[in-house]
Amino acid sequence: MKKTFSHFAIILLAVFLASQAAAGPLAEREILSNNMVLLHAERRVLPIVTIVMAVRAGSIAEPSDKAGLAYLTAALLNEGTKKRTSREISEAIEFVGGSLSASAGADYTTISLSLLKKDIDLGFDLLSDILMNPVFNENEITRKKKITKNWLIQQNEEPGAVASIAFSKAVFGEHPYARQVQGTIESLDRINRQDIVDFHNTFFAPNNAIMTVVGDISRDELKALLNRHLGTWNQKKIPSNPLPEIGASNSATVIRVNKDLTQANIVLGHLGISRDNPDYYAITVMNYILGGGGFSSRLMDNIRDNKGLAYDVHSYFSANRLSGSFQAGLQTKNESANIAIEEVLREMERIRTEPVSDKDLQDAKSYLTGSFPLRIDSNSKIAGFVLAVEFHSLGLDYVDKYPLLINAVTKEDILRVARKYLDTKNYVLVVVGNMDKIKLKY
Amino acid sequence: MKHPIIISLLFILLFTAHAFALPINEYMLDNGLKVLIVEDHKAPTATFQVWYRIGSRDEKSGKTGLSHLLEHMMFKGTKKHGPKTFSQTVKRAGGTDNAFTSKDYTGYFELLASDRISLPIELEADRMQNLILTKESVLSERDVVMEERRMRYEDDPQNFVMEEVFAAAFKNHSYRWPVIGWMSDLKTLNPDDLINHYRTYYAPNNAVIIVVGDVNQKEILNRIKAAFGSIPAGPSLPPTAIEEDEQKGERRVYIKKEAELPYVLSVYKVPNITHEDGFGLDVLGSILSDGKSSRLYRSLVYEKQIAISAWAGYEGFSRDPFLFFSGATAGQGKKIEDVEKALLDEIEKIKNELPSAQELQKAKNQVEASFIMQQDSIYMQARTIGSFEMTVGWKFIDRYLEGIRKVTPEDVSRVAKKYLIDEKKTTGILIPLAGGATQ
Repeated sequence: MKKTFSHFAIILLAVFLASQAAAGPLAEREILSNNMVLLHAERRVLPIVTIVMAVRAGSIAEPSDKAGLAYLTAALLNEGTKKRTSREISEAIEFVGGSLSASAGADYTTISLSLLKKDIDLGFDLLSDILMNPVFNENEITRKKKITKNWLIQQNEEPGAVASIAFSKAVFGEHPYARQVQGTIESLDRINRQDIVDFHNTFFAPNNAIMTVVGDISRDELKALLNRHLGTWNQKKIPSNPLPEIGASNSATVIRVNKDLTQANIVLGHLGISRDNPDYYAITVMNYILGGGGFSSRLMDNIRDNKGLAYDVHSYFSANRLSGSFQAGLQTKNESANIAIEEVLREMERIRTEPVSDKDLQDAKSYLTGSFPLRIDSNSKIAGFVLAVEFHSLGLDYVDKYPLLINAVTKEDILRVARKYLDTKNYVLVVVGNMDKIKLKY
Repeated sequence: MKHPIIISLLFILLFTAHAFALPINEYMLDNGLKVLIVEDHKAPTATFQVWYRIGSRDEKSGKTGLSHLLEHMMFKGTKKHGPKTFSQTVKRAGGTDNAFTSKDYTGYFELLASDRISLPIELEADRMQNLILTKESVLSERDVVMEERRMRYEDDPQNFVMEEVFAAAFKNHSYRWPVIGWMSDLKTLNPDDLINHYRTYYAPNNAVIIVVGDVNQKEILNRIKAAFGSIPAGPSLPPTAIEEDEQKGERRVYIKKEAELPYVLSVYKVPNITHEDGFGLDVLGSILSDGKSSRLYRSLVYEKQIAISAWAGYEGFSRDPFLFFSGATAGQGKKIEDVEKALLDEIEKIKNELPSAQELQKAKNQVEASFIMQQDSIYMQARTIGSFEMTVGWKFIDRYLEGIRKVTPEDVSRVAKKYLIDEKKTTGILIPLAGGATQ
């Protein structure tokens, strides 16, 4: 009776706080005593909880001759712990209709948990178990390697994947961003159990992690769960390994991949920017106009709407922590590959040399600022958004700052960043398709 | 034109049967336009969607792909809103928009801040009737669709197999052709057929509006009435009944194409979800395929290690009886015959041994949990309501959850025995041709 009452009181308090906090930050941030960054947003409408964690254990942390180490480590977390077999883990989470997964990216490894509120204790139990106690059994390692190798082989069936793998390799050279997170068939063979155990021991620590919790859970409930399940997760010293410099190429590189396809898959681009580059916002507006804005973009208007050459044509800057790339991509029937490439280069050159119109600038700004509510309108979106904000140190007032940063961009800024960050001469061009029909002129 | 718009409210239904059932409010305008509204105030956003009861199912042989091409053309402009402006206008308001076509329906949606909801209402009402369709614009967009087809099917070996399997599985039902249309039909397309398609099927009495988000239903309904109420109803469209002839034995197709790994896809003809066996088929698919603890993953991928993926699933939300799927991609060096046999062994097993109580409960928990979790997204709520409404009616949502709860282990084995048999089966095998990439 007493318990029910106090629970009720907590809910009332939460409702009160939520209404008070309407205009405040999206989540509360706290650095725990073990130095894990905790971000919490209480949202009580649905009885669900979403947790997303980032551990700085991405492929940039692995030795270059062991490409795939971060990937295997992440993929093996839920394949067996000191307490549970692989099957027991999947049975437990799937029985309650929840999901628990881990996967490595270049900058960090993501661990995601989502379930009904009533199962939250089980969820935290499983989450802490796979974070702290994975056993990396030899059989599981062999199995995971085999599946990963097959996956790499199957990638060759996807022309878009073939093109983008070749593109990253050419743009980033010796840097880890050049590699596929899954590694290669040869590099996977060079990874042994000890490598995985060591990688996990080195990088999986609370002081190397960010945890975002969104949903039907109060601060007190969350803290109690963290104490119960992650209380013994201790911090450790994380080594930093020096990474090779990324050098911009000063000549065009053309890569042809001949396959019996009906379309040419084209990627054209070069090095871009890291996420902390102050020109990020001007570039965002510029690229929206060039090829990021769907049907509002010049590439789409020219190549799809006016010429009927492609279904999908786009450009984007992918800005990671250390660096990034710019790429324009499209698919068109083999015979029209040359004209499509010519038009991509023409639009890049146009935005480098001619100021954009007031209307183009205003349209881009009103979309980028006006669509912000859509980026944070569900628990899962908030969790992902807050995680990115924390990882890139954007500050929890980013929601308020973003429109100011976008609205400050001028036509001159756009011309300046287009000149600085788009290169119509020294680019990497990858074409995957039927070379006899394409007759590539580049 | 000058008549005041008089709309009668036929009925309102508010569901509170389950704690987290969707509170759907239904209204009907005089011109036959149905409106479904869910107020969801979690965030200041909303989705506005118009679904038309027209898909590739309603097309004719030799003229396939019209519904999907028309979906593309809907973004081309009207007298009031000129060419290319539709998406640009939505984007300027901070919104996103897109559309989808299936075998049974075509849908259009916008997502945006809820205080800007009037914009898509006005735009959608306009393009329901006033689309400008010229021969030139139709043919130019036809070229875009041909590129889309090359990307999605011609150059994707597994999707190519699926297309071949559908074409073999259905002899006379229009589910035999792809939603995007055959390449040969796109090549010979007559723009007049497309214009006629628009005039026939795009009318309020063949459409349903779905709104989910931070809206006030009275207010939104008034805006919808103001925008759509004056659009005259089209001639009533008699329901077209198409019945597939009975199959007498397994059908098999082999596809030789440049690819890396062999692939098998088997489909079985099954009734749709309104049939008494529908719920059992749905649970059967879940037990075989949902998650890493499911039977097919455990057996083919984890234990035998002959496949890199293995899956099954019941597609019961269709106007006419459709298919139960099962498929697997072989690991390198593995024989597709062995993979197919392993897949069949699992199907035989569930026919002969009842699934455990634990497995059954897991499948039910997964359905219930995902129903609650998808309510996190206003877009997914609207998509769910729409796909129910277009195939079996939105009120079936509640019966669906009830029906799943009542499935017994005997039901699961019984439907497996009844439907997963040679007389209902079509199999496609992808035989990779070594082409390899040369750089």
